[in-house]
Amino acid sequence: MCRLFALTSRDPVSPMRAIDALNVMKEGHDGSGVGLFLSGLGGPWEELKEYPILSGIFTEDGLVQVFDYMAKKGFQSKFSVTFKPDIEPPVGTPKRGTYASIAYKVPDDWKGLTKEQADRNLVQTRLNLRAMGEEGGDIMVFSFWPDTIMIKEVGDPLAIAEYLKLDREELYARHILAQGRQNTNYAINLYACHPFFIEGISTMTNGENTAFVPIREYLMSRGVTGYQGYQSDSEVFTHIAHFATRKLGLDISSYKHVITPMNDEEMADHPDREFLVSLKRSCRKLIIDGPNCVIGCLPDGSMFMAQDRKKLRPGVVGGNPELGIYGFSSEICGLNAAIPDRDRTKDFQPMHLDTAIVGPDCREVLQCSQKDPLRLRH
Amino acid sequence: MLSERPITPSTLSRKDLPWQIKWDINTCTKCGRCTSVCPVNAIELGVFRKRDVKPPMGLSAKPTTEFSTFYGIRQRTDPAYACIGCAMCNMVCPNNAIEPTRQYDSTTLQFQNNRGGQPRTRGGRRNNSESLLDQLKFIRISMLTDPALDAGRHEFEMRTLLGRVLSPEAELQCFRDNGWKPPVREIYPLVIGGMSFGALSPNMWEGLQMGVAYLNEELNMPVRMCTGEGGCPPRLLRSRFLKYVILQIASGYFGWDEIIHAIPDMKEDPCAIEIKYGQGAKPGDGGLLMWYKVNKLIAAIRGVPKGVSLPSPPTHQTKYSIEEAVAKMIQSMSMAWGFRVPVYPKISASSTSLAVLNNLVRNPYAAGLAIDGEDGGTGAAYNVSMNHMGHPIASNLRDCYKALCVAGAQNEIPLIAGGGIGKHGNLAANAGALIMLGASMVQIGKYVMQAGAGCLGSEKDRCNVCNIGVCPKGITSQDPRVYRRLDPEKVAERVVDFYLSFDTELRKVFAPLGRSTSLPVGMSDALGISDKDAADRLDIKYVI
Repeated sequence: MCRLFALTSRDPVSPMRAIDALNVMKEGHDGSGVGLFLSGLGGPWEELKEYPILSGIFTEDGLVQVFDYMAKKGFQSKFSVTFKPDIEPPVGTPKRGTYASIAYKVPDDWKGLTKEQADRNLVQTRLNLRAMGEEGGDIMVFSFWPDTIMIKEVGDPLAIAEYLKLDREELYARHILAQGRQNTNYAINLYACHPFFIEGISTMTNGENTAFVPIREYLMSRGVTGYQGYQSDSEVFTHIAHFATRKLGLDISSYKHVITPMNDEEMADHPDREFLVSLKRSCRKLIIDGPNCVIGCLPDGSMFMAQDRKKLRPGVVGGNPELGIYGFSSEICGLNAAIPDRDRTKDFQPMHLDTAIVGPDCREVLQCSQKDPLRLRH
Repeated sequence: MLSERPITPSTLSRKDLPWQIKWDINTCTKCGRCTSVCPVNAIELGVFRKRDVKPPMGLSAKPTTEFSTFYGIRQRTDPAYACIGCAMCNMVCPNNAIEPTRQYDSTTLQFQNNRGGQPRTRGGRRNNSESLLDQLKFIRISMLTDPALDAGRHEFEMRTLLGRVLSPEAELQCFRDNGWKPPVREIYPLVIGGMSFGALSPNMWEGLQMGVAYLNEELNMPVRMCTGEGGCPPRLLRSRFLKYVILQIASGYFGWDEIIHAIPDMKEDPCAIEIKYGQGAKPGDGGLLMWYKVNKLIAAIRGVPKGVSLPSPPTHQTKYSIEEAVAKMIQSMSMAWGFRVPVYPKISASSTSLAVLNNLVRNPYAAGLAIDGEDGGTGAAYNVSMNHMGHPIASNLRDCYKALCVAGAQNEIPLIAGGGIGKHGNLAANAGALIMLGASMVQIGKYVMQAGAGCLGSEKDRCNVCNIGVCPKGITSQDPRVYRRLDPEKVAERVVDFYLSFDTELRKVFAPLGRSTSLPVGMSDALGISDKDAADRLDIKYVI
């Protein structure tokens, strides 16, 4: 079963802190894969916040194809960090080529576009590159978004971290999502590694999503660019978060009202009952049922954790507001390993109605209950 | 056989009859109950005269002849009175001295039962014992990664939505603008389908209504029942129980006057309005209430003379096409109740189902689509309709659901599937499979009669005399001498019993699949079938 660990910090930290936490939690996963989402990047990326970064794995041919394609579309390469391992990969990990993160200046003719159009174009560009690589396997693209790097690989997290030298300074980030384990119920596929990403929103999940097929069908019928792929049953959680926040304009504390609405008794005396009943009915297809813990990061850098109604996969949030660092972990031992210096009495384990949110300032854990009045409704 | 007995083309021997009466002379008490209860007069008391020749030993004495007379049961061989195998004779026999048995190699009656130039009409449903629904298996059982839920104790959300649900974007917009929202009902996903007051006996109807009311008011299960075509008893229309009722209207507005006149006196809105364009057992045909069942009460409710056959009237003259009919009727019915009541059409599953669905997707007032498959039952239909017309429900429903997925409206227009659910008693498994194929709810008719009132009909052409008012159990008869056999209280009890067990079984299906907080509508990855063609057609897993 997947192990999840997320860090949000005021200052950039090494992704190794998250990987080490995964390693501590190894008892619960088989070390079959690792995924990393990094945003709020430090090091050389600090000056390049507005340039979208293409993250992926490329063969020699693949890199040439990408450069050709991007040049043809009018993208200018501003900066790149590439890494080609010179040692033998760990057992079970194939030799793939170059792991690259390349920042691009967007084409000049995008200037007149609205943010929404430009965002959609970025997604479309990523999808085009992904489609180009699907035949030959020369290109694998995980994200194309400003201030975001994603790394995915099959294999044991710690071994992969050593193999890819993830302790490099150019990978230091303020917001890190890390997951250990490959696909649970579907075929092994690099794209199936968590976390998943779309338009600045990234989430990762453990457990099994039993409602995967109806949710996938529903999302795919929404006509949103980027709602595709679905190599993993958990990918839909990211898209639901995207749909709820970007398409419906709801606050992240409402995400839980979409995926796990309250029952009638719980809703009976809620001040926003009428709205919540409407939301429950119209978003009925997005109700999840698995034993899942969802941890995600939003474009503004805030991080959240929510559970399904059954709460069979409990997670924990804790941290140190003085140091400005908070961890979201699927097991408490991971949190202890990554942030030992914290007041453990303040650790928060969200129950089935709760969403835990830590803002980009990393000062406190905001605890939202579904019983609370709704915070923001745009 | 007597030498002068006429032998005509339709002369049958007992051997030609599919149902044979086995009568035991030794245990029979000659009480006569069997002959008096036989709904089709297939048996009669007979006086038999027997000649016994007794040859004495030797050559001197002549043989003597003795005549004896005894009384017994005689099975008639006239095709009009052929035994229907209902076994009522056995039910009333104190000694089990009589029973019908099926003789499978007798097919001759099939060629003789259309007499007087009239094709046979019968009640019941098509005599096809195959069921694709029973072949479906639930294969996605969660094991380690998702511990199976406790079906007995876990919290389950077993309700579904009937009514037009807005898309999330439209819903939020509507909330912001405080706009009009289509009415939506949260109901139990197993609905008692349309069986009219004329088709069912008053006792059966009363029993069903009592059962439904008990389920709602005592057990908090929002079960709904559809009235069927031809009006509704005035007292029910003016009672608070109307909210548990789906009123059916057919394209000919038959029996609708009563309902329209009652609107000002209604204390509650009905649950919904179902507009019937077709039903699975006789697609394209309307209902057929034969004259036997049109007694004074039924005639009064329907506003017709008593003792006349009542085929559904043809489509109303104001209707030009299905598109227009759907649009107009939905609009006018919605308007009649101030747009507070969901209105949806019911059609026969057919190759044109998708066309009707397309109309509905574009109609903001359409509250759903009920699709009735070929295995649906009926009070009366022609043999040829029942046996040879119609579309199986599974693939038709799947097509409709997938069309909704393409249109992105799969949560917006609920599909209601019916026709052959629980045909072999596997009600919860069949219903679960249809929900996973895309139905928001399912409707049943025959199952209620079989489980709730002990209907004797089967897929082997047993009984099936619902149309001529002689139902031996009193379910579909309008003759008080017959229907007083049925105790409405007992019907209500049985309805409650099977709903509760259905509920438990459905949870037992859903829990191992890991679903509890919403119905697994469209969860097709949970289904498998060992028939490759069926798997391809339904787009589910092929498993052997």
